[in-house]
Amino acid sequence: MKATLRVLPLFLVSLVYFSATQLSAQDWLYTGTKLGSTRIRLAAADFKPVGSDPQITPLKTVFDSTLNNDLANAGIFDMVSKSLAPQATPGSPQEIVLSQWSAAPANASMVAFGAFSVNSGRLVVYGWLDDASNASNPQVLTEQYNEQSSEDMARTIAHRFADAIISRLGGGLNGIAETKIYFVSNRTGTKEIWVMDYDGANQHAVTHVGSTSLSPRISPDNSRIAFSSLERSGWAIRMFSQDLGRLVSFPTGSAGGSNLSPAWSADGLQIAFSSARSGHSEIWIADASGSNAHSITSFGTDVSPCWNPRTDGQIAFVSGRTGEPQIYVMDKDGANVQRMTDSGYAISPSWAPNGGMLTFSWDRKYGPGAPGSYDIYVMDIASKNWLQATHEAGINDFPSWSPDGRHIVFQRQIGHRTQIWTMLANGTEQRQLTYTGDNMMPNWSWK
Amino acid sequence: MTFKKNRLLTSSLLMIALVAVAGCHKKKQQMPSTAEAPPTNAPAPQAQLTATPNVISAGDQVQLNWRTTDANSVSIDGIGDVPTSGVKTVTPTESTTYHLVARGDGGTADASAHVTVNAPPAVAVPSTQMSEEQDFNAHVQPIFFDYDTYDIRQDAQSVLSKDADWLNAHPNVKVVIGGYCDERGSDEYNLVLGQNRAQAAKTALVTAGIAADRLRVISYGKEKPFCQESTEECWQLNRRDGFSIDR
Repeated sequence: MKATLRVLPLFLVSLVYFSATQLSAQDWLYTGTKLGSTRIRLAAADFKPVGSDPQITPLKTVFDSTLNNDLANAGIFDMVSKSLAPQATPGSPQEIVLSQWSAAPANASMVAFGAFSVNSGRLVVYGWLDDASNASNPQVLTEQYNEQSSEDMARTIAHRFADAIISRLGGGLNGIAETKIYFVSNRTGTKEIWVMDYDGANQHAVTHVGSTSLSPRISPDNSRIAFSSLERSGWAIRMFSQDLGRLVSFPTGSAGGSNLSPAWSADGLQIAFSSARSGHSEIWIADASGSNAHSITSFGTDVSPCWNPRTDGQIAFVSGRTGEPQIYVMDKDGANVQRMTDSGYAISPSWAPNGGMLTFSWDRKYGPGAPGSYDIYVMDIASKNWLQATHEAGINDFPSWSPDGRHIVFQRQIGHRTQIWTMLANGTEQRQLTYTGDNMMPNWSWK
Repeated sequence: MTFKKNRLLTSSLLMIALVAVAGCHKKKQQMPSTAEAPPTNAPAPQAQLTATPNVISAGDQVQLNWRTTDANSVSIDGIGDVPTSGVKTVTPTESTTYHLVARGDGGTADASAHVTVNAPPAVAVPSTQMSEEQDFNAHVQPIFFDYDTYDIRQDAQSVLSKDADWLNAHPNVKVVIGGYCDERGSDEYNLVLGQNRAQAAKTALVTAGIAADRLRVISYGKEKPFCQESTEECWQLNRRDGFSIDR
């Protein structure tokens, strides 16, 4: 008994420590994103080629690998590797032998399969998702696609089918396979706004301003990109119309010569940004048309606002009002300012789609001297519990949530090169998306 | 009971061990150690030295600006040992050639910069040898800042008062004040910091009697660095307000 008593305090100390770390880790179970739950064992069969068009083989290769990548990237599946899967390429529910897939070594609970054909310039794809454990009534999903034949379209159809599967099996959250990532690249010699598919495919420049353009933020409906650009008169918020393929006017964007870090409200009607037009850098809000600009802070040194996308009622931002920059949250009228980080150097907040969490870059041991270690953190807003998502790999900054809240895209600087990476929101499955030039400030599209 | 206690003890110890391990995630020191570089195949040092401006009137200041690579010790004749790169303001009274020697494991390198010192001009006689821009660059000097602050340092205050003297004597010249930061920290936050630095100089110049509408501020943050090295010397060079004629 005495021995137990002696041990107990130590045990309690370690228990408290463990519960604390586990609490923040277990947050993932309550976010509704299914990160951290048991993953569904899913097999994606190579699709059955139908017909004799010579385009079938190259396009189907793109399709099969894109579908497999999308499902693997989703973060909610335990994918059956191709080497363990049956060699069969069933092209219809009649052709599939589910017991082949549910048995070892594949052990699949779910199987995605289908038929892929090219006919007179049209790409026709039938896709099914079957529940391998429900032999009598296995069909979960049937999809059909008929589009103009091209490699891009083969990739797009794979993205759509993947998203249909993810939406069905992932608790109703839409997949992200068709989303885009906007970013800054210096590949043309100046920093311009670029875009790529969520998986790093299709990288291309959007703007050709020829100056220095930073901080791209895509509108919720994908129609416009707000960004900040260095003009003769200083920094201006610029607006690029994707529909028109050119810059359009944003009247309030250039006043005062220091207009930075625009952020769209989730309803697409307002833009928050930082402006020093009053002499100090404050957070301002204007209509998306560029009218009705008004400041909502008054302490200075405020930048990098982002809206609570769930409510549009709050804004998180960075402020150096007490010294080193920290993350703050306030109502959109500037009331109820609350400091979220207690120390160090905290920057670049992005608000989770479900409204409950922030991600940002934080150097918790910041101080003069050796270069600090900036890592990506995720914080539960209500409890201020946080989780460190990146560890001892470069300088990490500008995290941006995916619309499903399961992923985060961010920039990582190693040496003097900066590239864009994605990861699951708990820090696992980190993947580099860019390799050419320097690429930074990623912003994930809303859909 | 004993068995149970042992298990409890073991798991507690295991957890304490885990805590200890988890608590020991020290950052790796990534500073390269130049002292350990083998001398045989060490790269030869390189050195650069500039003097701005290189033509002055007696009593004016010159900014010496030097950078070296692969050097262990650097000295400038007449000044003595200096950091491997840096900036220093000197006031030569006669024409001078500054000579810098950089010594490293791979050998030595030198660089020199000549400053021509003219006799002080008669009062109110504009120098015919300089364009207005050269005159501006010679007299309106940049100021430097401490880490992550926009407070005007004491050395910057005396520079600013000379800047103000020249601007007061040239009332038609308009000025762009550019605020710059070192490479550390966020792009967006550094643009705000650069704005604050430029604004601080503007406020000081307005206090010194310069009309506010002659002064325009632009923050360059860390977008337009003067040097690229991750050293304290280079960071100091990049934490500045630069002045140029607003045309």
